[in-house]
Amino acid sequence: MNGPLKRAALVCLLMFGLLMLNVNYLQVVRAQGLREDSRNTRNFYARYEIERGRITAGNKVLAESVDTGSNKYRFQRRYPEGKVYAPVTGFFAPESARDMEASKNSLLDGSDADLLIRRGIDLLTAKTSKGANVDLTINPKAQEAAYKALGASGKKGALVAIEPKTGAILAMVSIPTYDPNPLSKPDKATVNTAYDKLAKDDNQPLLDRAIERTYPPGSTFKVVTLAAYLESDDTVGPQTEVDAPQRLDLPNTTADLPNSGGAACGSGRVTLTFALERSCNTPFAKIAMSLGYDALKEQAEKFGIGGEPLEIPLAVAGSGIGPEEDQAALAQTSIGQRSNQMTPLQMAMVAAGIANNGVVMKPYLVNRVADAEGSEIDSADPEELSTAVSEETAGKLREMMVSVVNNGTASAAKIDGVSVAGKTGTAETSQGKAPHAWFISFAPAEDPKVALALIVESGSAGDDASGGHTAAPIAKSVMEAVLGR
Amino acid sequence: MSTPSVEPVLLPAKRRVAQLAMLAFAVVIIMGAYANVGLAIDKQIPSGMLTYGLGLGGFMLAAYLVLAKFAPWADPLILPLVTLVNGLGLVMIYRLEAAKMGGASATNQLVWTGVGVVLFSVTLIVLRDHRALQRLTYTAGAVGLLLLVSPLIPFLGKEINGARIWIGVGGATLQPAEFAKLALVVFFAGYLVAKRDVLALAGRRLLFIDLPRARDLGPVLITWGFSLGVLVLQKDLGSSLLIFGTFIAMLYIATQRTSWVLIGILLFVGGAILAGMLFSHVQDRFTVYLNPEDPALYDKVGGSFQLLQGLFGMGQGGVIGTGLGQGHPEQIPLAFSDFIFPATGEELGLTGLMALLMIYALIVERGLRTSIAARDPFSKLLAGGLSFILAWQVFIIVGGVTNLIPLTGLVTPFMSQGGSALLANWILIALLVRMSDAARKPPPQAIQDEGMTQVFQR
Repeated sequence: MNGPLKRAALVCLLMFGLLMLNVNYLQVVRAQGLREDSRNTRNFYARYEIERGRITAGNKVLAESVDTGSNKYRFQRRYPEGKVYAPVTGFFAPESARDMEASKNSLLDGSDADLLIRRGIDLLTAKTSKGANVDLTINPKAQEAAYKALGASGKKGALVAIEPKTGAILAMVSIPTYDPNPLSKPDKATVNTAYDKLAKDDNQPLLDRAIERTYPPGSTFKVVTLAAYLESDDTVGPQTEVDAPQRLDLPNTTADLPNSGGAACGSGRVTLTFALERSCNTPFAKIAMSLGYDALKEQAEKFGIGGEPLEIPLAVAGSGIGPEEDQAALAQTSIGQRSNQMTPLQMAMVAAGIANNGVVMKPYLVNRVADAEGSEIDSADPEELSTAVSEETAGKLREMMVSVVNNGTASAAKIDGVSVAGKTGTAETSQGKAPHAWFISFAPAEDPKVALALIVESGSAGDDASGGHTAAPIAKSVMEAVLGR
Repeated sequence: MSTPSVEPVLLPAKRRVAQLAMLAFAVVIIMGAYANVGLAIDKQIPSGMLTYGLGLGGFMLAAYLVLAKFAPWADPLILPLVTLVNGLGLVMIYRLEAAKMGGASATNQLVWTGVGVVLFSVTLIVLRDHRALQRLTYTAGAVGLLLLVSPLIPFLGKEINGARIWIGVGGATLQPAEFAKLALVVFFAGYLVAKRDVLALAGRRLLFIDLPRARDLGPVLITWGFSLGVLVLQKDLGSSLLIFGTFIAMLYIATQRTSWVLIGILLFVGGAILAGMLFSHVQDRFTVYLNPEDPALYDKVGGSFQLLQGLFGMGQGGVIGTGLGQGHPEQIPLAFSDFIFPATGEELGLTGLMALLMIYALIVERGLRTSIAARDPFSKLLAGGLSFILAWQVFIIVGGVTNLIPLTGLVTPFMSQGGSALLANWILIALLVRMSDAARKPPPQAIQDEGMTQVFQR
């Protein structure tokens, strides 16, 4: 019987051989495909096995991972401040992430090459590696004040506040916004439902209006036009008189360019300070037409407009004054209309550049990155982006902008005991529609601690919205928060 | 007339010390695996490491002592290998229980392991000469059939997960097919040894094949019919395939006639096609086998969800695995029983699975070696049959869960949670050990040279 027994043994060997081959096929050849199959929930668990680092702003925790002790989804993301910081923190969804959660993901989850040493130490000391903590430049008081003031009475809009000397972003608010908590639950189905609902909302709560959308800047852009004029000729100053007709005839068109509401601008011959205070359109359009498109574009570029897209580290939409057309178009561009499109962040950089004696600092959101044990991995290093205007020009612009607040359209932004520089804007959108209300400012004028830009979107604050009435008071409360008043 | 040689005959080594060392090594590996699970899940050595590790070690020491006393010549490798597989199963079940998987209970499994070792010992102590089983051929056959049909008896049988393969005894449930398979192998061995000459020699030649006589086909057809009956009435594809395949293999070993294998395969294919046409669940298994990744099948009740989850786990494990306690085998439905193999593959990776398959192959190889070394046909056939059924069972279930062949439910020997299978397999191992003891025991030696008259010591 030994013959057939040996053959049976051969069959057994063959069976084990087949099993081994098949196991090799599955775990080597097909492993990748099986791992990446969308129905394989294990990838999804891996996201929750790491204790991600915190996102903080000063002493305030904006995002943290909480150990739920659950076997499947051990560490879950929470956002104690919810909506207020959503445009900054973003969210950490089962299959995606947004904003800071996405752009600093490799540090937050500890996989970054900069954390290699930490991971090595953790391995040797048998500790579970944690992600690094990311501290932001956001000033919680300013952020909350901005959120409260802008969010009141159903307005839509955005606000960005910058520390002029460094470029550190002190506040970045976009309204309406969303609560990142329900989007960060470890449950694809509920998260997708919640996300779809937000994505379909006509008010676009997922859009970060501060950096992801551009608007016509309206009269706030006159500051840039004025800067170009001051730079072109040293003898020009706040008291230089310019023509300010009631209506400006635009060459090669039948249309005229009126002042706001068709009103007269003083006597028709006014100082630059007066023109800025009253926000007359005609003098700036005239100035721009005489300077030409190239001069205006060059000045805009010096403020960072139209350059390399910024990363703060969140990606910022590009701003620009639009293509060169005819003189009539240039006249409209100079007062922030036509194809002139700015992000609120870009306008904040204009204000900050003037505040910082003409030097525009690169805006940034991350103050410091430290590993779980507190050792610093990276810290902010303020960087100059460009020199927009000379110190002298900056001084002149500051003087005129202070005058706008003290004597002009922006009186609502006055703070007792602090000199505030500002410029309002009321940008037309389309015929018959309510305008966007803009405001840019910085304070204290002599030693600026904060520069900001904000927009209240068309239609969200009544048909008669204007920079002075609608936007300036909001800016005031944010500046007060930063200045500790 | 020659005088017996004066030189002493060399005795085969018992290798008891080596066996004890290997046993200790197996227990150390298992305790290390427990520690691994605990460190991965709670960051500390689990209290279970001592309970389970020493529990297992204690049981195995007892088994070793019984073996050393009652089967001193037995193969030294079988017990340590089985210990390793059994312990690995315990670790996986412990690990799944720690992941709060419903139904997984390492404590129950450890208790069953203990009972298994008791049965192993009792078998070795009571059954001093396995040839006694030959006298019980027809009794074993009757018992086997009775056990096989027992789940169909009203009030006694229970249907769990769609298969009526359980009986309730008191509060516990038993899977009688596991014991039936032992009784049937004993029956096949006894029957085929008695009838093998007539099965092998009588018949006529048609073309290249020696066809058996019609009346000799009887037992084959009866077994075939029976396994189909089990399949139909209990929806237990696995057991019917197991029993039928083992019978064909033993028939071949006994008669050495390839025609039996061909007839068996034809009958099997015919039966499978018939079953596929008649029963939707058989057909479902087959469509799932052909296309497990089909989304429609994945979402269907009784579709490919379970199989694919097992494959995902194995894919995730890759070559070195996620490490014990660091994967998500609890995602796989029934990971503690039928699907314990992919669950192990997820955490121990290809490396672990290759080692595991190698251990199974070695156990089977030791069994077949016993069979070849055995001195009488019944022992040969019984040892061969028991070894083959073990290999065949591993092939059916592991091949099923790795999508090599259509999935039929069977337990993975010594690993899957479940008392009946563990007890039956420990008895199977006891029988192999008993037979290897008999096979390796040196023939009686002459005490002294006494010429034609010799005194033997038995």
